[in-house]
Amino acid sequence: MEPAALLALYERMALIRRTEKAAHDLFLQGLVKGTTHLAAGHEAIAVGASAALRDDDYVFATYRGHHHAMARGATPEECLAELMSRATGLCGAKGGSMHLTKAATNMLGSYAIVGAHLPMAVGAAWSAKLRGTGQLAVAFFGDGATNIGAFHEALNLAAVWKLPVLFVCENNLYMEYTPIADVTAVPRPAADRAPAYGIPGEVVDGNDAVSVQETVARLARRARAGDGPALLEAETYRHFGHSRSDPATYRPAEEVERWLKHDPLDIARGRLVEAGVPEERVTEADERARSVVQEAVDAAKNAPPPDPREAFTDVWADGGAAWRT
Amino acid sequence: MADVITYREAVAEGIAREMRRDPSVVCLGEDIGAAGGVFKTTAGLHKEFGSERVWDTPISEQAIVGAAMGAAMTGMRPVAEIMFSDFLACCWDYLANEIPKVRYMTGGQVTVPLVVRTANGGGLGFGAQHSQATENWALTVPGLKIAAPATPADVIGMMAAAIRSDDPVVFFEHKGLLATKGPPPPPDHVVDLGRAAVVREGADVTLVALASMVPVALTAAERLAQEGIGVEVVDLRSLVPLDMATVLASLGRTSRLVTVEENPYQGGWGATLVSVVADEGFGLLDAPVRRVTGECVPLPFADALEEQVIPTVDKVVAAVRSLAAY
Repeated sequence: MEPAALLALYERMALIRRTEKAAHDLFLQGLVKGTTHLAAGHEAIAVGASAALRDDDYVFATYRGHHHAMARGATPEECLAELMSRATGLCGAKGGSMHLTKAATNMLGSYAIVGAHLPMAVGAAWSAKLRGTGQLAVAFFGDGATNIGAFHEALNLAAVWKLPVLFVCENNLYMEYTPIADVTAVPRPAADRAPAYGIPGEVVDGNDAVSVQETVARLARRARAGDGPALLEAETYRHFGHSRSDPATYRPAEEVERWLKHDPLDIARGRLVEAGVPEERVTEADERARSVVQEAVDAAKNAPPPDPREAFTDVWADGGAAWRT
Repeated sequence: MADVITYREAVAEGIAREMRRDPSVVCLGEDIGAAGGVFKTTAGLHKEFGSERVWDTPISEQAIVGAAMGAAMTGMRPVAEIMFSDFLACCWDYLANEIPKVRYMTGGQVTVPLVVRTANGGGLGFGAQHSQATENWALTVPGLKIAAPATPADVIGMMAAAIRSDDPVVFFEHKGLLATKGPPPPPDHVVDLGRAAVVREGADVTLVALASMVPVALTAAERLAQEGIGVEVVDLRSLVPLDMATVLASLGRTSRLVTVEENPYQGGWGATLVSVVADEGFGLLDAPVRRVTGECVPLPFADALEEQVIPTVDKVVAAVRSLAAY
């Protein structure tokens, strides 16, 4: 990867990490209600994959989806404002943390019913095939989703119809609080299921953005060429608990320590050193990310709440909510 | 076109008309292609439009409706078939949590112009898992439009409206009506969703019915006319939008209301309709309201049992008589 591209990748990851940290802090200050599922630790999957995609490709994510929204063009300000129930939020504060969506860049949503969006990605890929656009659809999901029916229905249909869709599992070893290994019949919850559907199943270091980029680029080329879907299992680890209320005490200390040493940002910094990028360029990128997120926090704090009338808009395509005459 | 068309043929004709005028309309479902559907409601579509627009799927209700949603969000107008409406439960996540909410929860960023068609209702001895009238399931979820036509012409006109709608529509085709016949409608016939029809005028009692209960109501009205009771029959045609204006206007003439619902009494659509009448039309009423509904038991298999559970003409006649005498 070109040094400039590598640096851009790093900066985007740093931006996501700082936004997630800000979301965490804002929650503790009582400025974010409900819940959040932070993606700190998962940045390389979103950013690495995104670097391998076309701008018009479709992305579908889960309730742990802040990193995907930001990897596909949502700003930290739009995301934080959404979390903080502000009118300027990505979804006008009608979605919240679990439903970040930026349709303008074909980031078609974050879904909070486990596995539900895999068939949607299949449908978007089917649509791309019917319209002959060469677009790809990518569904990102957690390891827990590999045990739900929609995962299996989606893989089979995508394979049978040979659709341009990639299924990317972010395997962070835990389905919520329970080790995925305790509830799954095969060692690799995603990749080991691929043979049943006659599609490639690969495993990649999900904390190395460059490896993710290269693997997704290869699988994307194949899918665009008409060779059908693929399943990628990206190994990673959450830096926070499952959700806001979870301190993640069920994870062994040595496991946490091992994974924190395998931090996607550290790995990317190592790549930058290898590529000969001067340290001050990296420091500047960090500083830009810090200042963008600080400005985002300030802007979101100062933004107005949604107009109460917005509760009654956008049920229907005409903008309204009328259900009767 | 022939002088008459069956309800069954009208389904395929309604879809075909839209597929001819709009290349973004595509169909998917189990056995809908060369087989023409288990109810033959897609007969001829595969032959006319080919495999590029009529897609056979595996038995995967979640994948069918989920894929329809993804396609609808990206420029297509998919028409998905769920073979029996009982099977909507297999993909209920999409109808309860995904399709009706995605526009709202994204602040209006996406549109979901899709139709989920399904064979609905009982009276044919299919037993507890293939006979339910499930329109009321969909009625519990804000964000879904609900169509349930009673005649071949309405099937075509409402199919046009449903497919052209930028909102998701669940389209209930009644199994008990598939063999019924009626005049074919003219080209470009569109029946807007949310427009009930007064299908028989009468001065004494209003019967509000849906789908297969419309002919039951009309037969009851005919019998009651011989007793000198004038019955007005309103075919609701769709549950969302719900045409309360037509119902309230009819009550302004008759002052008496009976709903005829195939779904169980508990949670049936009539309960919602009657609550609006109680709220906004109380002054119009000269008698209590009656709901003739399915019984609150699973649908049994034997004819002798099923006819105990599904509303019959006799039950409707008895309900109207009791009100007319009030």
